[in-house]
Amino acid sequence: MRPDSARLADLAGQWRSAYIHIPFCARVCPYCDFAVVAGQDDLVQRYHRAVISEIEMSDEWGPLDAVFIGGGTPSRLPPELAGSMIEALDSKFGLASDVEISMEANPEDINATSSSAFSKAGVSRLSMGVQSFDDVVLRELGRQHTSDQAQNAVAAAQAVFPRVSIDLIYGHPVETNLSWEQTLDLTLALGIDHVSAYSLTVELGTPLSRAVTNGYPAPDDDVQADRWERAAERLEERFVRYEVSNYATEQPCRYNLATWAQGEYEAFGLGAHGHRGGIRTRNLRRIDRYMEAVESGKRPLAGETVVSGWDREQERLMLGLRRAAGVITGPGGRRVLELHPEFVKAGIVKEENGRIVVVRTLLTDTIIREVLTMPPPE
Amino acid sequence: MSDRIRNLSIIAHIDHGKSTLADRLMEYTGAVTEREMREQLLDTMDLERERGITIKAQSVRLSYEADDGQEYQINLIDTPGHVDFSYEVSRSLAACDGAVLLVDAAQGAQAQTLANAYLAIEAGLEIVPVINKIDLPSADPAAAAAEIAAILGGDPDDVLGVSAKTGQGIKELLDRIVKQIPQPSGDPEAPLRALVFDSYFDTFRGVVCSIRVVDGRIRKGEQVLFMATGDKHAANELAVSTPRIIPITELSAGEVGLLITGVKHIDQIRVGDTVTLVANPATEPLEGYDEPKPMVFSGLFPSDGDDFERLREALEKLQLNDASLVWEPETSRALGFGFRVGFLGLLHMEIVRERLEREYNLDLVSTAPSVAYRVTLTDRSVMEIRSPQDLPDLSSVVELEEPYVRAMIIAPSEYIGTIMELVQSRRGSMHHMQYLTPERVELIYELPLAEVVFDFFDHLKSRTRGYASLDYEPVGYRVSDLVKVDILLAGMPVDAFSTITHRAKAVMYGKGMVETLRELIPRQLFDVPIQAAIGSHIISRETVKARRKDVLAKCYGGDISRKRKLLEKQKEGKKRMKMVGAVEVPQEAFVAALRVDTSDR
Repeated sequence: MRPDSARLADLAGQWRSAYIHIPFCARVCPYCDFAVVAGQDDLVQRYHRAVISEIEMSDEWGPLDAVFIGGGTPSRLPPELAGSMIEALDSKFGLASDVEISMEANPEDINATSSSAFSKAGVSRLSMGVQSFDDVVLRELGRQHTSDQAQNAVAAAQAVFPRVSIDLIYGHPVETNLSWEQTLDLTLALGIDHVSAYSLTVELGTPLSRAVTNGYPAPDDDVQADRWERAAERLEERFVRYEVSNYATEQPCRYNLATWAQGEYEAFGLGAHGHRGGIRTRNLRRIDRYMEAVESGKRPLAGETVVSGWDREQERLMLGLRRAAGVITGPGGRRVLELHPEFVKAGIVKEENGRIVVVRTLLTDTIIREVLTMPPPE
Repeated sequence: MSDRIRNLSIIAHIDHGKSTLADRLMEYTGAVTEREMREQLLDTMDLERERGITIKAQSVRLSYEADDGQEYQINLIDTPGHVDFSYEVSRSLAACDGAVLLVDAAQGAQAQTLANAYLAIEAGLEIVPVINKIDLPSADPAAAAAEIAAILGGDPDDVLGVSAKTGQGIKELLDRIVKQIPQPSGDPEAPLRALVFDSYFDTFRGVVCSIRVVDGRIRKGEQVLFMATGDKHAANELAVSTPRIIPITELSAGEVGLLITGVKHIDQIRVGDTVTLVANPATEPLEGYDEPKPMVFSGLFPSDGDDFERLREALEKLQLNDASLVWEPETSRALGFGFRVGFLGLLHMEIVRERLEREYNLDLVSTAPSVAYRVTLTDRSVMEIRSPQDLPDLSSVVELEEPYVRAMIIAPSEYIGTIMELVQSRRGSMHHMQYLTPERVELIYELPLAEVVFDFFDHLKSRTRGYASLDYEPVGYRVSDLVKVDILLAGMPVDAFSTITHRAKAVMYGKGMVETLRELIPRQLFDVPIQAAIGSHIISRETVKARRKDVLAKCYGGDISRKRKLLEKQKEGKKRMKMVGAVEVPQEAFVAALRVDTSDR
């Protein structure tokens, strides 16, 4: 099946997944607003035990079709710790025979030795935070590696892992058209099977956001639109775009595909979000509170939201419309077409074969904003 | 009895300490105890307190035992402190026999000091000059006294220095008031003649009239006749304010007090009217005064069209206490149903708008203020237009006239050059210039009102580092080369953005407005051309390019709820937009015209 096939997109809603959050980083990148900690590697062992306990105290479920170990920087973990977490998932839920176990990694942590070790620990797919192959851009992004290091790390990973993905960030004010073009060239030359390309986003509360407030140049929407279009055009030489920012040769990232299909997933670790039985849960975000809760035998929940009825229908569209395969029209889709015929007229969305598909991907949120605020049908 | 009555106002430039002085006088004479003392007791509206200005004049009766052992009744009639409300100053002065002219010892005489002093002189009042804030380190009482002496004629040594803040000189001031201000004239035995110098609406009592009895006396329960309107009512209640309302049974010649007749709507009482007795009427009314005329007009539209009726009700309620507020319904293609509202000036406009939003919880869009133009048509008929939309086709127009004002500016003489430049860029011409002292000069100009109501005072302040003061009065209409500038969004004229302006300024206005709108209008799904035009002639053009990117880079399992909230919040923001045709226009764009600068720099 093609990565953007409608059947695959819908099938993913049946998969069962687990997410594990590893918050440790060498340094916090200025643009990052994820739940991360830097300089607290002395807590790794204790945190790892807490995650295992959390897995053990969860309800019976499974088997798992996909696992995603994200961060932070999971590659900072000693590989045997990653391995024991995967084992804990296996004994609690069981792993499907074709399970995909993805892990995020930073290039500076990946070489021949660490690749084999993570592979032995059970990781089957590596997603590497390359961000750019331009050293000027990498420095401005606050990354710890160079373009050469990234290329070497990717090569080392490819020697071991059948599936390697890289993350790219485009549209930083220091990036030029030429620099982006070269990054795309190198990406195509690597022979990897997956790319995620994100526009640099100024998230509130980050050091980047404060810098922009103080006069540091903000990314330009039009430039980012140009870069997205260029990426879509160039990467199509080898990949198929199956979501706003994601490209694959054959297989999409299973866990992500499942979340866009409104699928269910267990979540472990600080700040992790889960989705089971119509309830979206979120874990405590502070590392001390998270560990103390688990150590005293409690679920480390910070809150939960029941998503049902019309809310759930709106959410289904919000997630599904980001995919190239679009989403089954359903009551929500009929409602948005009825309330906003102008979107079809302007060629921003189309409906065909019982699905709504966003044609002008860069305007996806113009549609989604209306979807999220439209009243249910009478 | 009337030889122990003194009726006076304190007149001053804004911020020279009038309200504080009134507070101190009340405190000194025991009208209020220190514990009851709230700062600026006479200013009761929240807005007045916040802005430190007085909008409605109020009066208070004080009782002072002078050194001669006699008890004097001092009626202190408060006056508004802003040029927009100067007509209320003349109202108050008509009820007085004297005035305390208060000048800030640090700032010296300002434009309103002068304007108010002239009003008092015209009203034939005895003026007691006083320098306030002598406790300030920056005070220069001698210079301020010299300026007052130059304005009033007289000896600088006769000017009394006080500090309303510390209470220094308050007793001396009371003694001067008793000694210098004449007792009220008037015949206690003649038929009743009382001047209505103010009125306000009270929820419990209905309309309350402030009156000054000139001749005769009025007793509670008597039938009274309002001579101008011809209406007859019973004097249900008489009272004085100390500032607590104390009911009394009689007011006689020379006294100031409150008359309550049971009238429920302020429209039924005309300020300036003369009250007499039905049983024994006077033959001649007292000299009244002109109704205040609105000078500035602006469209007020509810953001939510459903609030139109609520807006009407709110305006009606405000009018209960503000007879100067006038309005008529207006329909705008861009903004829907609303009202064209007339104001005394820009401050009045701001205050009304703020009260509507704050006290009546309305969300309003207001259009750029305009003045009333006079149009002579080919059939020689003359019409007044208060909104650019009402301007008839120019082929049927023989002549356009606009209102002019005489503006009085007082400033340090070093700023003469920059003031002249500003006034010339606003189409003004000098009328008169006079040095008050070697350092300070009084400049009198004539210029179009329209040029004054748009941020003229802001520019004057910034060019003179805040040292210039301004007052103005209307001097009638002048023929002018005026044109209407239309603004088109996506090819469609937006009536709310149209303006009438002098031909020489049309391009500057058009360009400024088009540029401002380009900044304010968010990118849409299509290109939005913005044009300024005089008739069919386009004078400026810009384009808001179509939106190209509107999508979050990431939305993964961990962000779903948060991203959803973010998008919902962004949509909330869009609700504050007005749809003009197919174009989303933020509400702030409608006041943008206010900011368009048409003065040369």
